[in-house]
Amino acid sequence: MDLKEKLVSSFMAFENNVDIDHFVHDIRSEAIKNFENKGFPNKKQEAWKYTSLNSLLKIDFSIFPKEVNALEYKDVKKYFLHEIDTYKIVFIDGIYSSYLSETTHDGVDICLMSSALTKPMYKAVIDTYFNKVASGEDSLTTLNTAFSQEGAYIYIPKNKAPKKPVEILHFATGNEANLMLQPRNLIIVEENAELQVIERHQSLTSNEVLTNSVTEIYAAKHANIDYYKVQNNVKSASLIDNTYISQKDTSTVKVHTFSFGGKLTRNNLNFYQDGEHVNSTMKGVSILGEKQHIDHHTLVHHRQPNCESHQDYKGIYGEKSTGVFNGKIIVDKIAQKTNAFQQNNNILISDKATINTKPQLEIFADDVKCSHGCTIGQLDEEALYYLRSRGIPKKEASALLMYAFANNVLESVRLPALKTRINKLIANKLGVRLGFEL
Amino acid sequence: MAYTEEELKKELETKEYEYGFYTDIESDTLPKGLNEDIVRAISKKKDEPEWMTQWRLEAFRAWKDMVEPEWANIHYKKPDFQDISYYSAPNKKPKYESLDEVDPELLATFEKLGISLDEQKKLAGVAVDIVMDSVSVATTFKKTLAEKGIIFCSISEAIQEHPDLVRKYLGTVVPQKDNFYAALNSAVFSDGSFCYIPKGVRCPMELSTYFRINQAGTGQFERTLVIADEGSYVSYLEGCTAPSRDENQLHAAVVELIALDDSEIKYSTVQNWFPGDKEGKGGVYNFVTKRGICEKNAKISWTQVETGSAITWKYPSCILKGDNAIGEFYSIAVTNNYQQADTGTKMVHIGKNTKSTIISKGISAGKSQNSYRGLVQVNSRAENARNFSQCDSLLMGNECGAHTFPYIEAKNKSAQIEHEATTSKIGEDQIFYCNQRGIDTEKAIALIVNGFSKEVLNKLPMEFAVEAQKLLEISLEGSVG
Repeated sequence: MDLKEKLVSSFMAFENNVDIDHFVHDIRSEAIKNFENKGFPNKKQEAWKYTSLNSLLKIDFSIFPKEVNALEYKDVKKYFLHEIDTYKIVFIDGIYSSYLSETTHDGVDICLMSSALTKPMYKAVIDTYFNKVASGEDSLTTLNTAFSQEGAYIYIPKNKAPKKPVEILHFATGNEANLMLQPRNLIIVEENAELQVIERHQSLTSNEVLTNSVTEIYAAKHANIDYYKVQNNVKSASLIDNTYISQKDTSTVKVHTFSFGGKLTRNNLNFYQDGEHVNSTMKGVSILGEKQHIDHHTLVHHRQPNCESHQDYKGIYGEKSTGVFNGKIIVDKIAQKTNAFQQNNNILISDKATINTKPQLEIFADDVKCSHGCTIGQLDEEALYYLRSRGIPKKEASALLMYAFANNVLESVRLPALKTRINKLIANKLGVRLGFEL
Repeated sequence: MAYTEEELKKELETKEYEYGFYTDIESDTLPKGLNEDIVRAISKKKDEPEWMTQWRLEAFRAWKDMVEPEWANIHYKKPDFQDISYYSAPNKKPKYESLDEVDPELLATFEKLGISLDEQKKLAGVAVDIVMDSVSVATTFKKTLAEKGIIFCSISEAIQEHPDLVRKYLGTVVPQKDNFYAALNSAVFSDGSFCYIPKGVRCPMELSTYFRINQAGTGQFERTLVIADEGSYVSYLEGCTAPSRDENQLHAAVVELIALDDSEIKYSTVQNWFPGDKEGKGGVYNFVTKRGICEKNAKISWTQVETGSAITWKYPSCILKGDNAIGEFYSIAVTNNYQQADTGTKMVHIGKNTKSTIISKGISAGKSQNSYRGLVQVNSRAENARNFSQCDSLLMGNECGAHTFPYIEAKNKSAQIEHEATTSKIGEDQIFYCNQRGIDTEKAIALIVNGFSKEVLNKLPMEFAVEAQKLLEISLEGSVG
């Protein structure tokens, strides 16, 4: 039985087990139907031209974890941003761990999707927001919708800001061989409210893990959201991350994606600008080696006038790794005075590595400023020579240059502790001790 | 561009489609539809050798199993391939030695087109091989070329007289099964041009062909093969106009360029097929496959000015096979009213130290859609490959669209690839500046568009540059609100 059949046939059993109102039930049934029709994407589809899921789909994943696993904090401390105090929503093999978590209902809701989906007090919010911006067409998103049960639920009311950033962590213990996880997050930030989120998926085992995650983010007027995705997983873990963001007037949303690990990572990052004077920023650094594969698919749909979007993705690819960037900007006829910028710079440091990039513009409005640039190149020989002539060994010199190359993506990170952490990860990834704190 | 205002105005008034007329010449037309018998019949009509017939049949069999590509960003009513007549030729085709022998009606047609043969003959070094409804009817300067050993003739003539060359190279760059339209063309191509430049020869003049669709309901399937032998140079010009017609016409040409070691081919096109009227009715479907292969140190340069056709689907490409090969692509695509263009290039870097440059300018006005679609591919053995791409789009009016789909695939660490694209409109301040200095808006736009396109226009041979500039202005008339 292949994975698709397995998923479809286990849907009934899953439905019977969860206690949910019929509103969500209808959405789920619709979603599984769509998935059944479409199946997993394949390379013949334009959006998946450079990323194949075939080898993953051959693995016999178990869909529901059979037992509840526990972890000691000291064993996983290093995966937390422990230098600063944060709210934590932690899942182990897809199941919420109250022991490791720190949630709150004090003025803001930082809690669980499962309770939001079942408790009557959240019904109005769920009815308004759940599965509204997420695609009803994309097969992987609908697969997640069909099985959506657990994840993070964050609601920040008007004029509020939580006292500290929120960390969402997903651990896979590997007690279960070949696990498939489908977390579902819903984040709503009301007018003039603020939020910072750090999301991380971490496998603690060499067993295969496939995560198909969907996050819906709603930013109301003047809302300000910073979202950081740290992707530094083990070689046996794959991630398909679907993020859908809807922005209202004058809101600002920044998404940073740091990709240093994992076997196959696919980021589908979709911004929908549903208000005027919206600012959307997405930045990413990818440093890969071995046979890792990363695929950044971004979409910015400018649907209202006077908006801005800014994209900056940097990639350093070594060994047999593959990097894909596909950035799409759509400017509707009504979206006059749009200012859209997109940049993708890549460095290839191995002959076996591959880069496929496709920055794409679809523009239907005339009074716009849209540009994109992309480069593939090497480190500047002269700069390298300069450093070496001053006594810096070649390896360190090139690491320094690569660090500098990736650095401007980090500049907009507003959490110093996270910035330091990412700096260390980069230095570590480039395999050098720079001898000083970056 | 020294036009007086009145001249321009007058020209624009009458510009709907100035080449829209229809010459009544008895044509020798095959029944509509396509099957093996038709393919055989075309081959037989042209007295082709058996290998050619088989080659066509092979293509036809492959075509039968293929489906029309749908990935392009264009929307149109698909042509009914069984409702097209695949062969039509002017019925008298003697070989003329002088112009007096040419059918006067045909000559009149050319005159309307503005290609006076006498003038062309006298004009500095342009040999014209005129293709009217697929069969070559007049060739000039052939003798001069023959002295240098250059072969420049229709492809059917080449099949008869230089079968070895044709057999060796035909289909090597664009194989029969390459794509839907290339397969169709391979099966039914009626005529086209053939050009061979021998070793070390620098072709002394610009070679040019004028194409023209004439017979109602006939698709035109041109096949062009240009071979530049080692160390040679040739500049080839192609220009198109077509009479206006209500029913959509299909044009599926194939152009193959072969640049052997150290040679250079410069291929320039001005395409001005009937774009359909203001309501988007009629117009030519232009599905063209153009590709060149560069051996060691060879260079291929494509320059195109696309102003016509209801639908354009065209990607002149370079396969940079040999070391140090160079590929260039300069393009201006203008769409107005309901025109749709999906055009661009492919640069495939295989050899070491290969270089490619892509400059693409898209101008969309009216309700048109203009897409750039390009591929830059660097294979793992292409050390030090270098590419620079620039795609700029200019939008005029708020009902048109400009799209960019660049694909970049790099598999070699020494590759250096740069791509940049911008989309903008003509700045109000720019127009204001011109107005202030007494230049009216229409002219200001022409001026700005000209400046925008300059990089590409400069690459055209003199004769074409003037014509192209004029075309740009005419195509964009009325697009400013």
